Amino acid sequence: MKNLRTFNNPYRDDKVFEGCAIFALLNQAGKNVSGEPVFRAIANMRNRGNGLGGGFAVYGIYPEYAEHYALHVMYDDPAAREEVECYLKDRFDIAEEEEVPTRKTPAVSHPPQVFRYFLKPRAGWMDDVTEDERMIRAVMDINTGIKDAFVFSSGKNMGVFKGVGHPETMAEYFRLDEYRGYLWTAHSRFPTNSRAWWGGAHPFSILDWTVIHNGEVSSYGINRRYLEMFGYACTLETDTEVLAYIVDLLARRQRLPMSLVTKIMAPPLWEEIERMKEPERSELIKLRQVYGSLLVNGPFAVVIAHHGEMIGLNDRIRLRPMTAGIGGENLYISSEEASIRLVCPELDEFWSPQGGDPIVGKVKLETPALHVPVRPLVSDEDRAGLKVGGLI
Amino acid sequence: MLPEINSQLPILNPQPPTGEVAQVDARGLDYRELNRRVDDLLASGAGEIEIRGVHGQRYIASRIRRPVNFRIHGTPGNDLAAFSDGVRLEVFGDAQDGVGNTMNSGEIIVHGRAGDIVGMGMRGGRIFIRDEVGYRTAIHMKEYREQRPVIVIGVMGQDFLGEYMAGGVVVILNLPPRNPKSFSRPPAFIGTGIHGGKIFFRGKLEPYQTGKEVGFDCPDEKEKELLNGIIRDYSNYFSQNLDHVIPDDFLKLYPKNLRPYGRLYAY
Amino acid sequence: MKSYLPAEFIIERNEDRCIRCLACVRQCGFETHVYDAEEDSLLSKEELCVGCLRCVTICPTRALTVRTNPSEPRPNANWTREHLRDVARQAESGGVILTGSGNDKPIRSYWDHLYLNASQVTNPSIDPLREPMELRTYLGKKPDTFNPGDAKTRESECSNVRIETPLLFSAMSFGAISLQAMQSLAQAASEYGTLFNTGEGGLPSELVDYGKSAIVQCASGRFGVNWEYLNNSAIVEIKIGQGAKPGIGGHLPGEKVLAKVAETRMIPMGTDALSPAPQHDIYSIEDLSMLIYALKEATNYRKPISVKIAAVHNAAAIATGMVRAGADMIVIDGIRGGTGAAPKLIRDHVGIPIELALAAVDSRLREEGIRNWASLVAAGGFRSAADVIKAIALGADAVYLGTAALVAMGCTICQKCYTGICNWGICTNRPELAKRLNPDVAARRLENLLRAWSLEIKEILGGMGVNAIESLRGNRLQLRGVGLEEWELRVLGVKGAGE
Repeated sequence: MKNLRTFNNPYRDDKVFEGCAIFALLNQAGKNVSGEPVFRAIANMRNRGNGLGGGFAVYGIYPEYAEHYALHVMYDDPAAREEVECYLKDRFDIAEEEEVPTRKTPAVSHPPQVFRYFLKPRAGWMDDVTEDERMIRAVMDINTGIKDAFVFSSGKNMGVFKGVGHPETMAEYFRLDEYRGYLWTAHSRFPTNSRAWWGGAHPFSILDWTVIHNGEVSSYGINRRYLEMFGYACTLETDTEVLAYIVDLLARRQRLPMSLVTKIMAPPLWEEIERMKEPERSELIKLRQVYGSLLVNGPFAVVIAHHGEMIGLNDRIRLRPMTAGIGGENLYISSEEASIRLVCPELDEFWSPQGGDPIVGKVKLETPALHVPVRPLVSDEDRAGLKVGGLI
Repeated sequence: MLPEINSQLPILNPQPPTGEVAQVDARGLDYRELNRRVDDLLASGAGEIEIRGVHGQRYIASRIRRPVNFRIHGTPGNDLAAFSDGVRLEVFGDAQDGVGNTMNSGEIIVHGRAGDIVGMGMRGGRIFIRDEVGYRTAIHMKEYREQRPVIVIGVMGQDFLGEYMAGGVVVILNLPPRNPKSFSRPPAFIGTGIHGGKIFFRGKLEPYQTGKEVGFDCPDEKEKELLNGIIRDYSNYFSQNLDHVIPDDFLKLYPKNLRPYGRLYAY
Repeated sequence: MKSYLPAEFIIERNEDRCIRCLACVRQCGFETHVYDAEEDSLLSKEELCVGCLRCVTICPTRALTVRTNPSEPRPNANWTREHLRDVARQAESGGVILTGSGNDKPIRSYWDHLYLNASQVTNPSIDPLREPMELRTYLGKKPDTFNPGDAKTRESECSNVRIETPLLFSAMSFGAISLQAMQSLAQAASEYGTLFNTGEGGLPSELVDYGKSAIVQCASGRFGVNWEYLNNSAIVEIKIGQGAKPGIGGHLPGEKVLAKVAETRMIPMGTDALSPAPQHDIYSIEDLSMLIYALKEATNYRKPISVKIAAVHNAAAIATGMVRAGADMIVIDGIRGGTGAAPKLIRDHVGIPIELALAAVDSRLREEGIRNWASLVAAGGFRSAADVIKAIALGADAVYLGTAALVAMGCTICQKCYTGICNWGICTNRPELAKRLNPDVAARRLENLLRAWSLEIKEILGGMGVNAIESLRGNRLQLRGVGLEEWELRVLGVKGAGE
C-alpha cells in the first residue's frame, strides 16, 4: 500500500504546517455564476499565500451529469491512470470520462494529469451499503492503494481544481473562467515546505464536502486519533483533512445538524455554558463531554461547503480573521474585507462574527438550478431556525 | 561583494511640506509600489496625499514621521499606519486588521468599521472608528509621559477589548451597530489583564463581561470633560448628532491593581 | 506560616582570618550577613544565602566558605531534594515557581558527544599564529546568484551585516540587566566588531551611539519600539520565543520599572511591563510575513529582519516557513537558553536541545534549497569555543552568547536573576548594586572572552587545514559522534566515529 504522507508530508513533521487566505462565494438563489470575481478576490490576497498552492471547489458545474458522481483524479504517472480506470471499470458504470481541460500556463511547471469520470456504483458491488459509502471506499482505495493517483474530489455536480501555484494561476490553468457554479470556494496556500504536492493544496474534499482552512489546528494529535477510531485514515497529515473528516463523521454519518457540529468544533467556554439556560446548558455540557476530542483548538478560520450550504467558522477566541458580506444574492466569506469590497463595492450587509459563531449560507431548497437531490442533513427543527445567509 | 548595511538615519526630508494635495490611484498597485509612490510625492513637496481605489494594500503611511494628511478611499489593508509617527489619516471606507499597530503619534479617522487589534501596542495619538471593531482592540496599549493614546469606538468592540492594556484611554460610545450579527453575544473579557489606562463604556456591563482585574467607577469631573471633548470630536468628524450621548452614561473601567500578577509566583 | 524550607547553603567563617571589615555585610544584597556591634560578632542568616559567592570573592582575607547544605533528608532517587523543596515552596505560597538563568538539569549535551577532525599527512594543518585565519561573517539574505549588472538595483534586497567573529551577544533586556551590564556588552561588541542585542526592553538613551552594533528586538510588548529605535540598528529581530521559556511571555514586575527602565521602555514608572505570550499580530505564518514586511517597510528595506524562536518539536518546518515569510536571519534558541525570569517548570521541561534543532533546521533549509535566503544563528547554553565550533560545523552562521557573557562579567549562575537583586551588579537595577559593575572593566572581560574564543576557533580551523570560517560552516564531515544512538546521528547528520 502506498503512503500518501510521503508526498504530502515528506519530512514526517507532526503534520503539514501552512498558512493562507480563504475566499468563498455562494449565490443564495442557486444561480450558476462566473468565478471571475472569486479569482480577482483571492488574487488580491496574494501576500497571504506564497505561490505554493492554490485551489477551488465549484458546485453546480456538471448539471448534465447531476446524478453521477464526478470523480476528479490526479495522476503523477500515466501508468496510474490505467490502474485506476481498471479499478473503476470493475465497480462502476462510467457515463463519461475525459481529461480535465487545461490551458498552457507559463507559471505552471510539471503539472500532473487530471481526469474526470462521471460514474455510478454498479449493482453487485458492495450492495449492502449506500452509494455514498461505496464511493468513499473507492476514494480510499485509490488514495491508499494506487501509486501516483490521488482523488481531488468525488461529489456529484461539483469538482475540486487545485495545484501548486497561485490560485489565479490554477484558475487560468484549469480554464475555470469557462465554468459556472453557484458556490465557489478558493484558497491561497502558504506551506512552510516547498515540496508542495498538487494534492496537498486546498480544498480538501470527500463526496461533495469540501473544506478550505486558514490557521493551525493545535489539537491535531488528538483529533486525528479520535477519528482513527472511526476508520478514518488521515493519510495526508494535514489539519484540513482532519476538519473534513470531523464534518463527515458528525454531519453525514452521525447525522448531527450543522448547528451542533459547529458547537462541537468550537464550543462555548465553560463559564459561558454555565450562564446559559436549560436545556441549552445541559446539551452543551453533554456535547463537550462526548466530543471533547473533536474540539478544534488553536487558530482556525474554515469554510465548509456541500451542496446547498456553506459554513464559515472561527475558533472560539477568533485567532484568524474572517469576514462575511452579502451583496444582492451573493454571500461572501473572506480572510480580508478588501477582497469582498473589490468584487462587490456596495454590500447590503457586512459583518465579522465572534469566535465560534458560524456564518451559515444556504440556497433555497426548491432552487431548480442545483439538479441534485439534497439529502436531509439538517433536522427540520434545526432548519426552522435557519435563515438564508443568517446565523444559527 | 555584498553591500554593507547603510545605517544612516533619516530617509525623508525633515521639513514638513507645504505643498499641494497629491493624488494617487492605488488600483492595481501592490503595497510596495504604492508606498514608494507616496514617499516620492512627499519628497517632491506634496503636503497632503489623497489615495483612491485602495483595495487591501498594507502598511500605508507606516514609515512617515511627520504631520502629513492622508485621505484614503477604499479599503486599506492590514497594518495601516503601523509604527507611524505624526500622520493624520482619514479613511473613507472600512479598515482591516492592525490599524495603528505600535503607532507613536498622529490621528487616524475611519469612516466605517475596523478589524482586529486596533491600536495594538499604540503609544500615542488618537484613533476614531465610526462603527464597530473586531477582537482585541487596544491590546497592550500603553502611555508614556505626555503621550497618552486615545481610541474611540462609535459602536462596540468584540471580545478581549483592552486586553493587557497598560495605558491610554478607550471610549466605547455603544451606538447602534451597523450589523448586529457581529455581536451574537455580548462582548466578553473586556480589560482582561489591564494594568494601566482607562476604558469608558457607555451603557451597562455584566460583571462576567470584564476581566477580573477591572474595577468599576463613574467618571470624575475631569474625565467627563475629556468625554465631552471626545463626543464633540466624534460628532464633528462623522457629522452625527450625539446630543443624547452624555458623560453621565459612561462607566469607567480601570485597573484595580497596577500589578495584576503579583501573587502568581513563588519567590 | 512557618517555612519548612531548609537553607540551601551553609556559610563558614574562619574567625582567625576575619578582620571585621564588614565587606560581606555590605556586599550581600540578600542581607545574609549581619554584624552585631555590641558583641562584635558576625552572623550569617544562611536561609537567605543564594550561593552567588560575591562575599567569598570580595572578602580580603578569604575568611568565608559557602557550601551546599550537607544536611540531607533520607536518600530518595525519585523525590529529590529539589522536588521536596519545590513542593514546600508551593505549599507555602500557592504560586508558580520562578527561576533565572538556563536549564540546570543534566540534559544530554550533544556537544560532548561530537568530536572534531584535524589534518594529518594528506593535507597540512595551518598555523593560525602566523598564517591568515578568517572569521569574518555576513549576516543576512544572500541572493541565489550573483549578477554583476544587477548588484546595485538589488542592494536593498540583500543588505548584509558584517561581524568579525561568529560570536554575538544574545538578547538581554535593560530592566532585566543593569544599564552598566548592557553598556559593557555594547562596548565590547562595538570594539570587537560584533553585535549585542537589546532584548525587548528598548535601547537606553545612553547607548544610542551603539546603534550600529545593536540587534534591536521587536517583541510582543513592543517596549521602546518606534521609528528611531528600529532604524538606529544593525538588525531588527522579531522575538517569537526564547529557549528558556517557549510559548510564554515575559513579565518585568513594577518594582523593577524604575525611572530609567520606564524611560527606555516608554512606559510609566512602577507599572508591570507585561510581554504577552504571542505577538498579537502574529497568529499564523502569513501573519509573521506581515510583520516582517511591516518592519521592512518601516526601515525602508535597509535592515535585515531576524526572527527568533525557541527550539521546539517542529522547528525545522517552522524555520522554513519563517524563511519563506521573508526573514533574513533566523535564530533558534535551545532548551538550555538563559533567562532573567521564567517559570521553572517551563524552563526545565519545554523545548528541545539546540544541537538537534540546529541540525534539523539547517538540513531542512538545504533540502528545500533555501539555506542561502537567511542566516542561521544558534543560541542556548554555549559554554566554550568547542561548543561554538561544533555548532558552526552543524550549520550555524553564528552563535548567540548569553550566559557565557554574563559569567565573563562575574555571574556565578546563582539563578536568582528574577529577584532583581544581583550582588554582581549585572541582573539588577538597584543603583547601589548596579554601580558595582564597571562597564570599562566588564567590557574588557567580555572582549577578552571574544578574543579567547576567536583564537580557539582559529586554532581548530587551522588544525583542520582550512583558513576561513565558511569552510567549517555546515561542514558536518568535520564531526563524528560517539555514544549516540542511530536516530541521534541521523538527526545530527553526522557519522559515528570510525565510520
